[in-house]
Amino acid sequence: MKEEHDYIRDIAEMRSMMERTSKFLSLSGLAGLMAGIYALLGAYIAHNFFNFNPDELIYTSTSQNESSILTRVILLAFITLILTIGTAIFLSHKKANKRGEKLWNPTAKRLLINMAVPLIAGGLLILILISKGLIGFIAPFTLLFYGLALYNSSKFTYEEMRSLGLIEIGLGLISAYFVGYGLLFWALGFGVVHIIYGIYMHYRYER
Amino acid sequence: MKISINSLHKAFESRIRLGIMSALAVNDRLDFNSLKEYLDVTDGNLASHLKGLEKEAFIGVEKSFVGRKPNTKYCMTKKGKKAFDDHLKALEKLIRRIAE
Repeated sequence: MKEEHDYIRDIAEMRSMMERTSKFLSLSGLAGLMAGIYALLGAYIAHNFFNFNPDELIYTSTSQNESSILTRVILLAFITLILTIGTAIFLSHKKANKRGEKLWNPTAKRLLINMAVPLIAGGLLILILISKGLIGFIAPFTLLFYGLALYNSSKFTYEEMRSLGLIEIGLGLISAYFVGYGLLFWALGFGVVHIIYGIYMHYRYER
Repeated sequence: MKISINSLHKAFESRIRLGIMSALAVNDRLDFNSLKEYLDVTDGNLASHLKGLEKEAFIGVEKSFVGRKPNTKYCMTKKGKKAFDDHLKALEKLIRRIAE
């Protein structure tokens, strides 16, 4: 017959297996911290070097200059995105290895699918906004749809993603109302909030 | 006071079988390689435990092809789900009794 500590260990192992196979737990807190730093740098460059700070919903590009600013900002945003995703994949891959798992597994797939639907919908909507000249809505809508994606996928990874998602949704809505502060809210949501969450997740789960 | 040792199904005595059932309890279906990775066991070992669970009708097998590669997916049957839940409950009861 088994001893009592065997039963306790059995239950602990069952619980851990159920969590491990249903949630993506290789997400790295440091990746969140780095994403925040990239976002702050990106916002700083856009504001100080490209003079990008849309204070009105419709950013009329009458002069040649303004449309070239927009092109540069979009390029900058793209580079920031690639850096963020690249860093997240790299650091999560390292964390997965440490845990003796592969990065790409059914939990990773589920997390990505659940994030992809709101993100792709938001991305397409933002392209439409750009084509219509509604530049002031870009920053609020990236926050909003990113928040929806996090909230939607929080069941499949660390529970903290839920509150992070709600914060981003809130910031997105507020900045959609106060369009003039769009870039500031964007830096707050993608920069400061990511840094705070990243550090918290790192200390809670990775030490 | 009868300790319900009988409700601890003997099919769950092995840790690997318990692991397979735990993973399938929270996933609609999992393929062989994913299970192998989660449990960290050899092909042969995993296959024999899966056979055992299949014989008990606790798990179902779906065979399909991805391109030309065979892809076998496993899922929990209703009977398996019930046995798993009962086992978990029995374990919890035993531990509570010990703690008292």
